[in-house]
Amino acid sequence: MQNAAVQMPETVPGQSVISAHHLDLTFQTNDGPVHALKDVSLEVAKGEFVSFIGPSGCGKTTFLRCMADLEHPTGGEITVNGVSPEDARKARAYGYVFQAAGLYPWRTIGGNVRLPLEIMGYSKAEQVERVARVLELVELAGFENKFPWQLSGGMQQRASIARALAFDADILLMDEPFGALDEIVRDHLNEQLLKLWARTQKTIAFVTHSIPEAVYLSTKIVVMSPRPGRITDVIDSPLPLDRPLDIRDTPEFLEVAHRVREGLRAGHSDE
Amino acid sequence: MSRNALPVLTVVLAIFLLWYIAAIFLNAAWAHDKATRSGEVLTTHTLVADTWSQEKPKLPAPHQVGAEIWKTTVEKKVTSKRSLIYHSWVTLSATLLGFALGTGLGIALAVGIVYNRTMDMSVMPWVIASQTIPILAIAPMIIVVLNAVGISGLLPKAMISMYLSFFPVVVGMVKGLRSPDTMQLDQMRTWNTSPAQMFWRLRLPCSMPFLFTSLKVAMAASLVGAIVGELPTGAVAGLGARLLAGSYYGQTIQIWSALIMAAALAAALVALIGFFQRMTLKRMGMA
Repeated sequence: MQNAAVQMPETVPGQSVISAHHLDLTFQTNDGPVHALKDVSLEVAKGEFVSFIGPSGCGKTTFLRCMADLEHPTGGEITVNGVSPEDARKARAYGYVFQAAGLYPWRTIGGNVRLPLEIMGYSKAEQVERVARVLELVELAGFENKFPWQLSGGMQQRASIARALAFDADILLMDEPFGALDEIVRDHLNEQLLKLWARTQKTIAFVTHSIPEAVYLSTKIVVMSPRPGRITDVIDSPLPLDRPLDIRDTPEFLEVAHRVREGLRAGHSDE
Repeated sequence: MSRNALPVLTVVLAIFLLWYIAAIFLNAAWAHDKATRSGEVLTTHTLVADTWSQEKPKLPAPHQVGAEIWKTTVEKKVTSKRSLIYHSWVTLSATLLGFALGTGLGIALAVGIVYNRTMDMSVMPWVIASQTIPILAIAPMIIVVLNAVGISGLLPKAMISMYLSFFPVVVGMVKGLRSPDTMQLDQMRTWNTSPAQMFWRLRLPCSMPFLFTSLKVAMAASLVGAIVGELPTGAVAGLGARLLAGSYYGQTIQIWSALIMAAALAAALVALIGFFQRMTLKRMGMA
């Protein structure tokens, strides 16, 4: 398999993995143009965990989809791993986790995780090895031969994360992956995700509309606001990298959460 | 199973009852005619006995049809021209070939419509128009035209079957191949999936439930097509030929036994598809 990551410039720590300059995206609708993104600039360094937070219509998902080459900006520039999003997509530089797990009902959990590997032409032996490894990583070992409907929503979403991790993408794009899950399951998955991030050293871009989730997970929080979709604040988290769940009761955590809330409010006031 | 048996049996019994009663009323006129000519007087008992045992009744009684079917299936060699098994096989072979051709054509057209914008815009109206032409009008022409170029026998009948059976497959498969949602398509896109992989790994599996539903309709239509195709060929062989010959000579019992045979054949074929549907969808974890 020709992995185009080889052709890409080496990313050294501190160098931008995702880099957006004055990004604009305008949808033409029957009610006139909608400015989904306006003048969005952002640098994401290798190994960072970046959350995008904001009310609906603020363009956070659109921004993520621009990185994934699922939307095409109408202005400005964006690079992923130093190349255009299209080249990055073709080089399979990222794994994308959607809001719904989106597992294929006719494939087992193992079959679902194997799907991208089949598509990318990994050898049979390597498929088996990788499926086992990533299912272990999301604590789903032993569920390989179950069908998706036999698993709970949280387990399905973990399988979907395993699927995004199965090939060697060093970027993980996650679009409200835990949005449809209840609070307790979500806490558990957040904790797991942080461990996963620490073990795999991936760069993660994470869209959410939960303030505690954003603050708990991120090294960088990007606050966005709607009409037009834009960035109102970028917060570099002062929290330590080792984060037990009860860090959410510390004054530092509450202070960051407060600043995020202020940012969200500021975005709303100038409508 | 036994829970379903009682209602089904009740309905079957009701049908038989109505059938016997209808046979009395429809065949009574002929019985009275005969009695007047021979100067007999009919009691209720002899009237009923006569209406249920005429040689060419307007409506044969169920036991007459049953006896005819027994006589022409079990008691005749299958190679005999009088064997209903032989005629059923003639029709069945045309049905199956037509069904296979129709399914192939239907899937091919559906793939074209889904993947090619020009076909999407142009083919569907023709597909629908093709089904508005009465099959009885076009069947003799297909037979005659194909005969003129030296094709006769099984293939012309199969063509008529195909003509009727490709339609539900096209409609069902276009819907089925388009059933993956935006998220599933986007997901495939993030893996830089080729169009061929997209078809085999997403669109085709997604379309399976739609395909099987279409196949059931197509199978029934195929059988109708094969029977219709046998009518203009001069009633040589097949269930359609039995129907036509029966109506030439007023052999109502023969007509009804061919009809029942055709119905049983259709039910068996559709049940067979249902079986494959359950097997496939179960294996795919979708049922």
